[in-house]
Amino acid sequence: MTAVFARLPFDVPTRSIVMAAALLLLVGGWQYPQFFSPPYLAQQLQSGAFLGIVAAGAMVVILLGHIDLSVPWTMTAAATVATAVVGLTPEVLVSEKGVLAGLAVGAAVGAVNGFGVAYLRIPSMIWTLATNNVLMGILVYFSGFYALSSRPSPLMSMLGSGRMFSIPNVVFVWVAVSLILLFILRSTTLGRRIYMVGTHEPAAYLSGVNSRGVLVAGFVIAGICSAMAGMLLAGYAGQSYQRMGDTYLLPGIAAVVLGGTSLFGGRGNYSGTVAGVMLLTLMASILSIMQAPEAAKQIVYGVVVITMVGFYSLRERYS
Amino acid sequence: MIIRTLRAHMRPLTAWAVLAFLIVYYLSIHPRGLSIGVLTAWSNQGTALALLAVGQTIVVLSRGIDLSIGPIMALTNCMASHLVNGGPVEVAIGMILVIATGAACGLLNGLVIVIGRMQAIIATLATGTIFSGIALIIRPIPGGDISEGLSDFFSGDFGGLVPMSLIVILGAIAAWYPIRKSVLGRTIVAVGSSESAAYASGLRVKRAKIGAYVLAGVFASLSGLFVGFQTLSGDPSIGLSYTLNSIAAVVIGGTALTGGAGSIAGSIAGALILRTIGNLLFFNDIEPLAQPLFEGLVLLVAVSFGAARLLRMTSRMEAFQ
Repeated sequence: MTAVFARLPFDVPTRSIVMAAALLLLVGGWQYPQFFSPPYLAQQLQSGAFLGIVAAGAMVVILLGHIDLSVPWTMTAAATVATAVVGLTPEVLVSEKGVLAGLAVGAAVGAVNGFGVAYLRIPSMIWTLATNNVLMGILVYFSGFYALSSRPSPLMSMLGSGRMFSIPNVVFVWVAVSLILLFILRSTTLGRRIYMVGTHEPAAYLSGVNSRGVLVAGFVIAGICSAMAGMLLAGYAGQSYQRMGDTYLLPGIAAVVLGGTSLFGGRGNYSGTVAGVMLLTLMASILSIMQAPEAAKQIVYGVVVITMVGFYSLRERYS
Repeated sequence: MIIRTLRAHMRPLTAWAVLAFLIVYYLSIHPRGLSIGVLTAWSNQGTALALLAVGQTIVVLSRGIDLSIGPIMALTNCMASHLVNGGPVEVAIGMILVIATGAACGLLNGLVIVIGRMQAIIATLATGTIFSGIALIIRPIPGGDISEGLSDFFSGDFGGLVPMSLIVILGAIAAWYPIRKSVLGRTIVAVGSSESAAYASGLRVKRAKIGAYVLAGVFASLSGLFVGFQTLSGDPSIGLSYTLNSIAAVVIGGTALTGGAGSIAGSIAGALILRTIGNLLFFNDIEPLAQPLFEGLVLLVAVSFGAARLLRMTSRMEAFQ
């Protein structure tokens, strides 16, 4: 059994998580039969997909040895701008330029984040915190003066809340994002350079890598992922709203770290991040099916993250 | 000699100079001008964040970070709303229990990070959610009761001359400096400068790291108590924004997030600057809706000053430090 398991093409964190998730699924399904019903599973996949897209972006930044705390208001800003543009030009197809506007917002925020970190050399933790606060300020300010109409475009609604073969469309978006990211990380020079810069930036720079450009690119990818998640969420909810991104920042980081990516950068597999998202989503759904109060959810969540991450680091030390 | 001292403490001194300028400006536009009432109200608003920033600074000096500091504050605040009321003996026992809880939370952080060998960001993120969860259990909605006598004492003034909360801040500085000069304090800073060098010099690295988190927990509990004295109640949801502001205060006060250099006095100035700016916006008739934008821009500009060091560099390699 162990021998078979060790031959699977996954690293230790991914395997441990897959095991933990399978255990959760079995225990959950045994205690609560509705757990295995296809509609329920589809619903869980749907809520996991939003987190998965955020975590994909967070992973790129964490691989670079940095962190992006501007996720919440990047999501909100992209969703707000996109739905406002749709509101101004509601004609079919023309309204899809709202999606482009939202993506542009995400890329722009990512570029600003990357500029501060790569060129001004300000610690990413504090710089992205500041950009997050500025974004919040801008949105709060404008929402007070202009009654922006908030309407998702047909594309956003279709991808955010539609279903195909009873599988939520947003899951397909997550799969597409994952495939693109896997391609970037594994098969492009940018992907290799992301790992290099994350491992040791001075060495990467001395080897001729444009390390500042790589940092900016990483933050732009993260910004675009946040923007996509924000717009999809607006499509799902039928509108954009303030604080829509707040519940995605910490779980996004936790999913990446649970998946075995080192916060020091340079090490981590995307499969682990996907497994981390699944585990967190499963955990949340078991707790809500048990009707656990919010407080219990938070405590369980913290204990699981500490146990899993502590297990990895101790294992690494003693193996 | 004097110039050398000034240069060594340039960043915290800059923070204090900015704060002094802001206070003078604030008092000049305040409708009631300089009076003990105005001064007390001003310092009361900044004290909770200042105490929290002191705790955060100690951890940052050891090259760590405590993202659970706001949740510890919220948890101790909620505890205080149950325990710190009734007769003098009950109040005293309650306060001791609250501070002990803060220390215990800090100890848990330190143990997870040192024994569990986890990165501080993710460890304190996780313990922070646990602390928030416990806070929600003991006080699901804001409320409770806190000794009014103590509240009046701490939010009032001393002999009509000095706000009591300012004395609390000075007390925090007075409490830290003996620790800073002790072996523990110097080890904390040494670990922040270079953990391997500190270890090779025979310093007790693990003990110092754990000690830093315990101290941060204690200061967070003092901050939670002070919030209780101001609001007379407990609120489980105050944690997150306080965590972020405490980091901002540390950075504005000139402490390097890379550890080993900085001062709590600078962070206190940073905390008071953040709060004073909020007040200034209010009195300048700035649209309330524009306040978050201004505060965000101030933070952005303040951290951008960190880029000034790039101008002195002769080689690109120095930028990577």
